[in-house]
Amino acid sequence: MGEQQSHLTITQTGQVTAVEFTDRKILEEFSISEIGDELAALLEKQSAPKILLCFRNVEHLSSAALGMLITLNKKVGEVDGKLKLSDISPQIYEVFRITKLNKLFDIYDTADQAIKSF
Amino acid sequence: MSADHDDNAIDFEVCIINSDLVEARNVKSAILERIRQCNFNENETFAIKLALEEALTNAIKHGNGGDSSKHVTIRYAVSPKEAVVVVTDEGEGFLPDNVPDCTDVSRLSIPSGRGITLMRAYMDEVCYRSNGREVYFVKRRSQSNP
Repeated sequence: MGEQQSHLTITQTGQVTAVEFTDRKILEEFSISEIGDELAALLEKQSAPKILLCFRNVEHLSSAALGMLITLNKKVGEVDGKLKLSDISPQIYEVFRITKLNKLFDIYDTADQAIKSF
Repeated sequence: MSADHDDNAIDFEVCIINSDLVEARNVKSAILERIRQCNFNENETFAIKLALEEALTNAIKHGNGGDSSKHVTIRYAVSPKEAVVVVTDEGEGFLPDNVPDCTDVSRLSIPSGRGITLMRAYMDEVCYRSNGREVYFVKRRSQSNP
């Protein structure tokens, strides 16, 4: 990643890697591609990873961001890992609901609930 | 939805940009500043921001195929009544009706193809013209907002 600033804050809680987005908007191709790369790098470090994506700070996201999440979900599944999502605001949840991705992803109200469910 | 909106009846501001996402960002900022000035509420602003992102990304990436020699024309008119945006690319066009339903259970794990669905969900009107090279969309402002 060089000197590029990270889009993610990563903390380890037991076996769960909790990832918080630092960007308020996950809209544009450049940043989405960088986020995808950061998340893919995270997967390479672990076998059967348990990853929680926390959307606490996220106010906007686009269909390209949804695509990145779907790709990540697939990659996590390929290495027998689990991906969960939490703290999605009602506005953002509506984007998941319209696209029916709330049926594809395992979504929790809070990070604590998600961590306990792994 | 009718495809024969009378654009001549609208006093548009016009921007022509290269197929470049950075240039697109400047146009988005200009339109969103008008949205702010016209006091659209938070949900309406969220919707317009999303639709602009989807329309411009589609025009640059899919319409013009990222070809920097091709342009994207953006016409917009924002008033306290509504925001009207027309985005035109110089690509081959496409048939919106042939785009598969991204909400079909069998397609949920396909990472692309949700932009049109989101635009249709969030805008009051979305209309494709010129064989899909142009998208016209409208978001009306809630009149309960002063």
